[in-house]
Amino acid sequence: MTEKLLISLTVNGEQHDDLVVESRHTLVDVLRHRLGLTGTHVGCEHGICGACTILLDGAPARACLIFAAQAEGQDIRTVESLADGGELNDLQRAFSAHHGLQCGFCTPGFLMLAEGFLAERPEATREEIREVVSANLCRCTGYQTIVDAIEDCARTRRGEVGEPR
Amino acid sequence: MTWVGRSAARREDPRLLTGNGTFVDDIHLPRMLHAQFVRSTIANGTVTGVDLSGTLAVPGVVAAFTAADLEMGDITAVLERPPSEFVPTAMPVLARDRVRFVGEPIAIVLAEDPYSVEDGVEAAQVTYEAHPPVLGEEAALAPGAPLVHAAAAANTLVDVSMFATEGIDDIFAAAHRVVRVRSRTGRQNALPLETRGAVATWDAREEQLLVRTCTQVPHQVRTVVAGCLGLGERAVRVVVPDMGGGFGLKCVVGREEIAAAAAALRLRRPVKWIEDRRDALTASFLAREQRYDVCAAFDEDGRILALDADVVCDMGAYSCYPFTAGIEPLMASAELPGVYRVPAYRVRGRAITTNKAPSAPYRGVSRPQIVMVMERVFERAARELDLDPVEIRRRNLITEFPYTGINDVTYDPGSYLEALNLCERMLRDEGWYERKEQAAAEGRFLGIGYSCFNERTGYGSGAFAKRKMAVVPGFDLAQITMDLTGGVTVTTGTMSHGQSHETTLAQIAAGRLGLDLAQIKIHQGDTDRITYGFGTFASRSATIGGSAVARAATKLADRLLHLGAHLLETTPDDVELHDGHVRRRDGGGRALAYRELAEVAYLKANLLPKDAEPGLTATASFDVHGDGTFSNAAHGAVVELHPGTGRVEFLRYVCVEDCGVAINPQVVEGQCRGGIAQGIAGALFEEVTYDEQGEPLCASFIDYKVPTANEIPDIEIHHLETPCAFTESGAKGAGEGGTIGAPAAVLNAVNDALRPTGVELEDTPIRPETVQRAIGAYA
Amino acid sequence: MKPAPFTYHRARDVAGAIALLAELGEDAKYLAGGQSLVAMMNFRLARPAHLVDLGGLRGELAYVREDDGVLRLGALTTHHQVESAPLGPDFAVLREAMSWIGHLPIRTRGTVGGSLAHGEATAEWCLLAVLLGAEVVVQGVGGRRTVPAEELFLGFFTTALEPEEMIVEVVFPRPAPHAALTEFAQRRGDFATVAAAVDLDAGRVVLGGVAPVPLRVPEAEAVLARGGTFAECAEAAAAAIDPPADGDGGAGYRRALTRTLLVQACEEAMRR
Repeated sequence: MTEKLLISLTVNGEQHDDLVVESRHTLVDVLRHRLGLTGTHVGCEHGICGACTILLDGAPARACLIFAAQAEGQDIRTVESLADGGELNDLQRAFSAHHGLQCGFCTPGFLMLAEGFLAERPEATREEIREVVSANLCRCTGYQTIVDAIEDCARTRRGEVGEPR
Repeated sequence: MTWVGRSAARREDPRLLTGNGTFVDDIHLPRMLHAQFVRSTIANGTVTGVDLSGTLAVPGVVAAFTAADLEMGDITAVLERPPSEFVPTAMPVLARDRVRFVGEPIAIVLAEDPYSVEDGVEAAQVTYEAHPPVLGEEAALAPGAPLVHAAAAANTLVDVSMFATEGIDDIFAAAHRVVRVRSRTGRQNALPLETRGAVATWDAREEQLLVRTCTQVPHQVRTVVAGCLGLGERAVRVVVPDMGGGFGLKCVVGREEIAAAAAALRLRRPVKWIEDRRDALTASFLAREQRYDVCAAFDEDGRILALDADVVCDMGAYSCYPFTAGIEPLMASAELPGVYRVPAYRVRGRAITTNKAPSAPYRGVSRPQIVMVMERVFERAARELDLDPVEIRRRNLITEFPYTGINDVTYDPGSYLEALNLCERMLRDEGWYERKEQAAAEGRFLGIGYSCFNERTGYGSGAFAKRKMAVVPGFDLAQITMDLTGGVTVTTGTMSHGQSHETTLAQIAAGRLGLDLAQIKIHQGDTDRITYGFGTFASRSATIGGSAVARAATKLADRLLHLGAHLLETTPDDVELHDGHVRRRDGGGRALAYRELAEVAYLKANLLPKDAEPGLTATASFDVHGDGTFSNAAHGAVVELHPGTGRVEFLRYVCVEDCGVAINPQVVEGQCRGGIAQGIAGALFEEVTYDEQGEPLCASFIDYKVPTANEIPDIEIHHLETPCAFTESGAKGAGEGGTIGAPAAVLNAVNDALRPTGVELEDTPIRPETVQRAIGAYA
Repeated sequence: MKPAPFTYHRARDVAGAIALLAELGEDAKYLAGGQSLVAMMNFRLARPAHLVDLGGLRGELAYVREDDGVLRLGALTTHHQVESAPLGPDFAVLREAMSWIGHLPIRTRGTVGGSLAHGEATAEWCLLAVLLGAEVVVQGVGGRRTVPAEELFLGFFTTALEPEEMIVEVVFPRPAPHAALTEFAQRRGDFATVAAAVDLDAGRVVLGGVAPVPLRVPEAEAVLARGGTFAECAEAAAAAIDPPADGDGGAGYRRALTRTLLVQACEEAMRR
């Protein structure tokens, strides 16, 4: 019954060949437990909390609602791809500057959500950002500082303001 | 450099932002098994058979155990009160013959991977003899009701009557006005985004069971694991990795981590249990389901004369360890008067047991309700006496400190009146009162609501002893060791799960030692590294844990001064610590870097003064023997109700808070905002509900409506500062206030908006349907 | 919360997928965006023995073609593709309605065809298809047929599709410059407690959340046809329905929402 598949995945620019998975293995479980990329978290396994949000061909998607086998041939990006050689990227720096994280469990999902969204819509307004942030759940911050961080990052990328701190 | 008071950048952030945090589910060990639980599908009944043969036949399943297989001791939390006040009840790690809620663990299944273990759970066959469930206060207290626990007559676990001021009935009889508030609050889930979980492994070399688990109280978990498994305390080590929130739900000891530990011990293989969201929503610890019936007597000027309260808390199927089912009613009974001068008081507080998942502390513990109830009392009185709702509060607030209340609690200085006045002034200056009038003229429903409250923090052994807990939490320990680089490691008994202790506790130590934050490592959550601790709950970490750190740092500083003086050939009074050096106060001579002192302390002990021991370590404790310290705040909410849908829209939310000295203001604001979001969640969105068979109706995030960024407003925060006189940094706790104050402010704002309809709501969550119906009936 | 075992098949072309599903029988299901199906599988509320992944057919079946007042959507077009498409005023209602579907990370995966085949009664695509008289092109072993949207939804999560039939295209045959959809859920992005959609050009009124299927309300349409006010239309709809009660609200509340939302939808459609 538990069918095994041989798949290859491209994650953060790196190709992983000859992965033996069960057809029922979700992408988030394979990322975390087969590839050791534990930055992507599991919060609900039904697509609502967004802790597992990753980029699939650049678009934010729930890795708990995708079977690993479905993701073959697509470009997968996880939170581990954001920092460049240990240097936080501008979005990560904005989250820290604005205290957009407390326990940090939801944070990778919010980062990938924002990264994908801002790439598609760099001119996003605060209200649009709030609407997109509402895709994921955070229990610590009350969301305001997450919206602040993403808005600040967007404005900095647009050259409207200097980076905080 | 002064570190306390600065919004220093969080030192936790880099690893959490890059996906390099290590949460319990990130731990992977060789030969690790995955555990899940066969859980009761009925709310009340007797297990007549457990057949695990199908489970064991599932490919990948390695073992499955029932209570009889593992022979674990029960978890029993105790209050040292007479049987009339408290009935102890045992919570077995795995249910034996009796099940008391849907989701109660009956057997643990272990498999090679997290998928096949679910197949194994599904293949288990359990047969029951079902009994009618007891699902609420009415059913539980009805004469002849079935008993959830045979020992608990009338399904009552805690029944205390307190304070009963002499002559209180006469005061009510003679009062100008008596107002009554009856309020119910829905059952809630604290809902850390990281569910519970553990990885347990037997370390043969250390002869020790290592339990890595996300808990707020590592030492208490060690004690219970050791007790249930018949091991010595030394044979158990609890280590806490990064934690994805707790909010109280993780400050009690759960059954599943003990069963996982027992399985690891039996099989001598690492066992991982990660609670899935369905179990977290239905079978984890819950909170907040309470009913209040409160009468208050007032004179004609709106001064409260007496308060009489009956409080019933539905604690579900079991007492939680170590707090017991008394956690909610005892908190409510002791603290109901809050920030007001109440001359006469009587309260009966009860904990009842029902066939629902058990209750544990949740951020604020009963105080969101008691504040809501008291603020309703004053709003009601203001209406009946035709007084301004803010003015009636002013007339009753405690303004002179220290103040010892009718509830036998002594309040240290706070800014109750100042906070309320500032909060009101902000909303007035912004024109919200004019906008409200304008809206009313247009037939719109705009309302302004306040809450005014304090938050007892720094519960030391004095406060918990008053509760008569058999385990009296209170003190905490800190140890600081300087190493050869001249930097220090601070080991604390508190356990951050989002509160930023790696930053704030380091700020405290940095200030005392003249070190940079980068030279300080905070170590927490390891029972082998510190003698004992009570972890992080009840806003105790900055006050108690932080003070222990400050004292240990001061002791170490003293050793550095002595050693430095000796090496500089002067007296300790003539030297000072500055920027990682000991130097002479008169500026003469050379400054000695800490690393030079450390070199002497560790590698050149021959140069130490005769009476000095090698090494540079200091340990200190801190406890609060009195009633703790009280933070305070006032919240102001402006809402508009949408008649067609009943939606409650926030137009403004302001918070004026006073937590004494803010060690890191940005962190304090984060605690306030996050707390307020949880308070709003309880006021408007979240409720755990059951069908008539006791089946949970909220098994997913579709039904348990955690609010998102669309529903939580931006919040403006203002700080006042009344330093605490007895904590080392002047800090008071700040972890719970937001959650405590928000429901009252929201409910009052909604009621203010509903004023034209004549409807006054008293229960939470306030559902859109309720609001729509109120306005619809009026229109 | 892990899915039960199943066998994974990857479709290479439409005909092959259909033949495969027909061969695998009733325990097989198509997997499009999976945004509902995988969640249900994680809860083991759905446990197909076989999944035929249509992801490989995106090149063929994901498109938005607007031509001379007719809009054709490939079945694997995602909600987000529609949201981002340069649709003219004739079909702007579709683009704008997308914002009601879940949230961005759901819309990037969920598909038009998947949503229709799932047949959830408050799903935006189901409501829009009925509202705009969509023709749902389905392909089975015997070839293609066209099912009018109104005949697609038979009951609670039940459609007129044969087990092996696949939705390949949805055709919106007439411009709808004056149409709108609005909803209410306590948390935006959730399944609507009530959803209301109106096409003033066609005089159609469709409600979600008040019946097991997307519900056309002839009584309300009659009010529009005779030139009644929007309030009268909404009142007629509220009177005509027999909505269910659940944790989100009772029948009376759903009627009240119907009154509110239908007027809103009418006004919004009028403003276009």
